[in-house]
This record gives sequence, structure tokens and C-alpha cells, in this order.
Amino acid sequence: MTLACVGAALAAPWIAPQDPFNPAAFELNQAFRPPAWLDGGTARYFLGSDDQGRDLLSAILHGARISLGVGLAAVCFALVLGVSLGLAAGYRGGWFDALVMRIADVQLSFPAILIALLIDGVARIALPAGAQDAIAVPVLIVAIGLSAWVQYARTVRGSTLVEKEKEYVQAARVIGRRPLAIMLVHVLPNVMGPVLVIATIQIATAIITEATLSFLGVGLPPTRPSLGTLIRVGNDFLFSGEWWITVFPGVALVTLVLSVNLLGDWLRDALNPKLR
Amino acid sequence: MRFLPLLVSLLLGASAQAANLRWAAQNDILTFDPHSQNHATTLTMTMHVYEGLTRYDRNYNVEPALATGWQEISPTHWRFSLRKGVQFHDGAPFTADDVVFSFGRIRQPQGTMQIYVAGVSEVKKIDDYTVDFILAGPNPILLRNIIDFRIMSRSWAEKTRSQNIQDYKAREETYASRNANGTGPYILKGWEPDKQIVFTVNKNWWGRHDGNVRDFTYTPIKADATRVSALLSGDVDMVTDLPTQDVERLRRNDKLKVIDGPEVRTIFIGLDQHNDELLFSSVKGRNPFKDVRVRRALNMAVDREAIKRVTMRGLSIPAGLMVAPGVHGHSKELDQPWPYDVRGAKKLLAEAGYPNGFEFTLDCPNNRYVNDEKICQALVGMWARVGLGVKLNAMPFATFIPKILKHDTSAYMLGWGVATFDALYTLQSLVRTQTTGADGSFNCGRVSDPKLDATIDAIKITTDLKKRDALLREALVATRDNAYYVPLHHQLRPWAMKKNVSTVHRADDRPEARFTRVD
Repeated sequence: MTLACVGAALAAPWIAPQDPFNPAAFELNQAFRPPAWLDGGTARYFLGSDDQGRDLLSAILHGARISLGVGLAAVCFALVLGVSLGLAAGYRGGWFDALVMRIADVQLSFPAILIALLIDGVARIALPAGAQDAIAVPVLIVAIGLSAWVQYARTVRGSTLVEKEKEYVQAARVIGRRPLAIMLVHVLPNVMGPVLVIATIQIATAIITEATLSFLGVGLPPTRPSLGTLIRVGNDFLFSGEWWITVFPGVALVTLVLSVNLLGDWLRDALNPKLR
Repeated sequence: MRFLPLLVSLLLGASAQAANLRWAAQNDILTFDPHSQNHATTLTMTMHVYEGLTRYDRNYNVEPALATGWQEISPTHWRFSLRKGVQFHDGAPFTADDVVFSFGRIRQPQGTMQIYVAGVSEVKKIDDYTVDFILAGPNPILLRNIIDFRIMSRSWAEKTRSQNIQDYKAREETYASRNANGTGPYILKGWEPDKQIVFTVNKNWWGRHDGNVRDFTYTPIKADATRVSALLSGDVDMVTDLPTQDVERLRRNDKLKVIDGPEVRTIFIGLDQHNDELLFSSVKGRNPFKDVRVRRALNMAVDREAIKRVTMRGLSIPAGLMVAPGVHGHSKELDQPWPYDVRGAKKLLAEAGYPNGFEFTLDCPNNRYVNDEKICQALVGMWARVGLGVKLNAMPFATFIPKILKHDTSAYMLGWGVATFDALYTLQSLVRTQTTGADGSFNCGRVSDPKLDATIDAIKITTDLKKRDALLREALVATRDNAYYVPLHHQLRPWAMKKNVSTVHRADDRPEARFTRVD
């Protein structure tokens, strides 16, 4: 199922019946088509069409691709940031360790979504209005990434504190390797196991965060809809009977998150020597 | 004991009398300064606190308000007698000084309300309760025009250092932009931006309340579904901008009633016709919107019927003119929308030198007009079909308005409601070449046509109604045929409220608490 979900999302540009980002392809006269199996539905719009005449199936495929992409990129960003800070803090110790960990403590006292909202809001005001569409994706990635680095930093710092006292690290130090080389070559590979497990679970969280931000209207614009944006747009039509516009993207989001989570579980089991 | 029933009935009567109205709509106000921003929601709020010399009755006839009567000494010289014994909410008496002060204030260039005193060159105090209006030329609609010229207390403005209007474009705040002190039927208790505005009744008001609303709260709720839910769950009593897709369902709800009515508001797209190169476009070195063929093509590429049927669910009238039915000057025969003709539009674009189209950015509010952002999205699709790559830039109205007033736009969506119910208001604000005063105050694309300017200037001073009507017709048709704007439709505005609320539907979309009863 995971493969099918991720595969469909990745292959969206080739398998989607319509390009949901090309407004010229929309026909307003075909808007609010119900799904194909209901009265008034056509095979052309298998899951129905939205208020602009956009094919929902295509929009969902592309939306899932965007959601997955943003999730992955945000996790990578958080991972690189968190791991490097955690590694440096654990290895160097002293004031740097104290500083990084206090920042982490402060950030942990806020919900991640609040931090993402804050960063996203500040970026929107700081950056020129005209460029907002183009930079929406990078801004989201940075916002979600910055809200999620703490877990990596803490985990890696903990493992580093343990690892740096071990003989092989001391041996490396004795033969005169530089700290940076020791950190990257000797310590890092030995602390990455738990990090990868966190990362797979975090992808799901990042997808949810992105959907939440888009649902609140501060994420991706309706012209490049992610799953969250589609749910937001469809929400307006829930009362008036066009349920498919919001329900199908919702189902798609749940399926996507569930399958990424299952992937994470499987990875955890595979990487855990005790369960092997 | 004999008095007990009487006492009970008195108490009951009193509690039924004083009602509380909770009203919600999409957007918040921009300011509480009555002379700062010509924006319908803002004026709807300020009009409950501040009054003008004249006002509308239930049927949009002009009736005396702070003036008790007037006399036309000559066509350019009017004398108003002011109401005696009126007090501002802070207790200061209302006199001619306040009228003279407010006149000077509303004319300050940083405001956008000069249109309401357009053509008045001077206001002179004769005595404490008499003022003279000296006009630049005869003005047949003076009494209508000055309704939204609202009177502020001079002593209060001086005390709070609010003699000057805020510079809204520079996001300046003054005491008067957050607080209010008028003579009107309601007193402002507080405004928490984006949260609520609270009013309470002015017990010392000179006028008579037709309704029984004592306190009323206005809550801006941006999200359509949330606003409707608030009405359904009983959190608010009245919603005046219904999401079009929910109207049918609300009509069927037996706890609610929906009252129908047109709104004298036209939704349109404005185009930058001033800059030699568009600020946000792929075309360099020239401005395609200066070419009438391009503007016509834009008009012809819009399928107004599809917007009406799908996006508006029937709640719009496709527009050809820039004024809505109900506005003096409008006629069905003139109000013919441009025909929907993709091939013709493509041909015109090719003739103008853009066979492959071009790109530009469309600025669009997303919380002001019925389905504003959705209409813009539909336009992006329709224009794409004739080869125009349109980038949509949707934003909240409070961000949008300063941007277009600074001309920082290439194309924008705006809706124009006509407070005076006369087409001159639209022509003067949107079509007349921009000067510092009322002329062209919302001509954000800077349309400039000397011949039309001459016609509009003639309308201002023509008192012969037949001649004036002919001029109005000429100006409206010239605006239409030169495609200075892309009119989309005239909005219809059903209001929904609980069964126990009764109010008068207002075509200017300004509910009045004094006409409202909650039983």
C-alpha cells in the first residue's frame, strides 16, 4: 500500500488525467461534477471536479506529491540542522552545549505548529508580496524544518555523549585527528540509527503540519494546491452538498500519512537489532 | 399587591424592548475615522456613531438629520439650519463650528472621502446653528451626496490631537482611527481588530429608534463555512454576506429566514493604463493595456454567464455597464455585457501585436466581495484560453487596498457600490482623471480620457435633468465601449437571520441597527 501511495504521488505528472496547475485546462462549465458513479458524474472526472472545474483525481495526485515533497524536504532540513547541532553540542560540550540545549528547551515549550506559523508569518511579511507564490514551498519547508529540529538534536547529543567516551573515539583523538573529522567519520555513523527512525516518523508529522498550515490558509496557494489546501477549499462546499471536494483529499491525506507511518514502523523494526 | 401584575408586565416589556443583536460578515473595518477610507463596511460601522446633515430613510429618500432644513438661496449657495440641542457622545454640544471643522477635515488629501463634498468650495458659519454651503457650480444631487459627510466634534478632535486624518497608506494610526465620538444613535464601546466591534445605544439621541436594538456586536468571520456555522448554531443573529453555495440550504432552514435584495455594487477588473511599462508583466517597453483592442479582448474572453451559473449560483447579474440596476443612469438596454467570444478575443490580441498573448499579475482581495478569489481564479482560466498567462495574487482587503491606491498593480479586482444612487459617483471616482480631490479617487489604474473628463465635469454642474441624463448616458457608454474596465457582474446580496430578527434590506449593503428589531 505504501508503495502504491508513494508511487502514485511520484508518478502524478504522468498518470494524472489533467494538469491541475494549468488554469487553461479548467472549464468552469464542468465545475461541481460529482464522482463518476453518482448521477451527473462522468468518467472524465472520476472523483468529481471542484469549484473551478479542476479534476479532483489529478489535483489529489499532484497534491500528494507536493505534500510528500514538502514533508521529505522539511525532514531533511530538520535532520541536517538537528544532527549537526546535536553532534557539535554533545562533542564540544561547555557553553555551546548549554546554549543549544536551552534554545531547544525553549522551543519544546511551544507546540511545533505554532512555531511553523510564526516563521511562516514572519517570512511572508519580510519577503516581497510579488514573490510569495514562488517562495511558498521553500518558506514552508524552512518553517516546518525549524519547528522540528529539536528532537534530532537531543537524540544525537545524548548518543554523542555516550560515544565520545568510548575507546575508538579516544584512540582517534590520541592519533591526532581533528575534532571535525572525529565527529563526522567516527561518531556520526554510530549515532544515526535512532535518527533515521525518528526521521521516518517525522515525515508523517511534517505532512500533517504542512496540511494544517495550508488548511489555515498560510501554506500553499490554491493555484498550487497541496492536500491541505484542497481540504480547505472543499470545506466551503461541505454544507451545500458537494462533499467530494473535501472528503477525497482528506481520505488521501489519511492514507498517505498512514502508509508513511507504516514505513517508519517497518524501518524501526528493521534497524532495531533486538527485534531481529 | 395590586401593582404586582403591572410591575411584572413592565419588567417583561422592558426586557422584550431592549434586545441584543449579534451580526457577522466577512471582513473587518479599516479604520474608525469617518473621514479616512471610503469603504462600505467601514462606513456601515461609522454611520452608527457619526451622522451627516442629511440621511436616508427606509426607502432611500433624503431626510433631515443634523440639519433640520435647507434653503437654496441661489443654485450655488445653500443655507442649512442645524438641529439644536444635539450632543456628541462626550457631552459637547453640536454647533456650526463642528460642521466647518469636519468639512476642512474630510477634504484633507490623505483621505479618500472627498467625493462626498465634491463641488462644495466652502462651508461658512453664519451663526451657531446656521451654515452656508458655497458650491463651485450647481449640484442637483447635493443633499444625497453629503449623507456620508459625517460630522466630528471639533473640541474632541483637538483634545485627542486627531485634527488630521490618519495617513492610511502609510499605516498611520491616530486616536480617531481607533475611537469614536459622534452624535449618532449608537456609541462605540470598543473595537478589537479582526475580533469584534461593540456598540451600545445612545440614550440621549435626538432621533427615534424604529427598532429595539440596545447593544450590538459586529464580528468579522472570514471563513465562509465558519460564518454559516455560527448562524446555524445561534452564535450570531444575522449574516449579511452569505456564501452563494449555502443560500439554498439556509432558505430551507425553518429557524432562519433569508431576505433577498440587490446590492448596488458592480464587480470589475481595473487595468493599469498609465505606466509606459506594466509593473508586473512579461511585456517590456510598452503597456498592452493602453491598447483598446487588448482591453476589449480581455472583456470578450470572460464567460460571465458561467461565472453567474457556477461561481455565483445565480446570484449575480452579468454586467456591461459600470453601474448596477437601481443606480440613476443605469438602463437595461445599455447594460449589455461584452459577448463571450474566445476566437474574437484572440484575433484582437493578434491584431494588437500579441498573437501568443503575454503574462501579467492580477491582484485580488480574498475577503471582501462575494466569491472574490474564486472569480479571480475563474478569470485566470478564461484568460489562459486566449493565451494570457495571469498570475493570481490574492490577499486580504486590508493589504490589498493600500497597494492599489499606491498604483502598485497592473490589474486588480474591485467592487464599487454607489452610496448616492447616482452614476456620477461611479464616473467621478473611477473614470475621471485622477487629481488630488474626489476626482478619480479610486481610479487606481489611472484611466485618463480628456473627452470623458469634460463630460463628467459637465454632469457635475448640469441641473437640467434631461440634459444631465443624456450626459450620464454618454459617459457610461463611452466607458463601456472604450473598455476602460472589465465589468464582471452586479452582486445580489441575500441576508440571512434568525426568524425573530427583522430588518430592512439595504441595497447599499449597510444594515442599520435603528431599523432592526429582535423579538
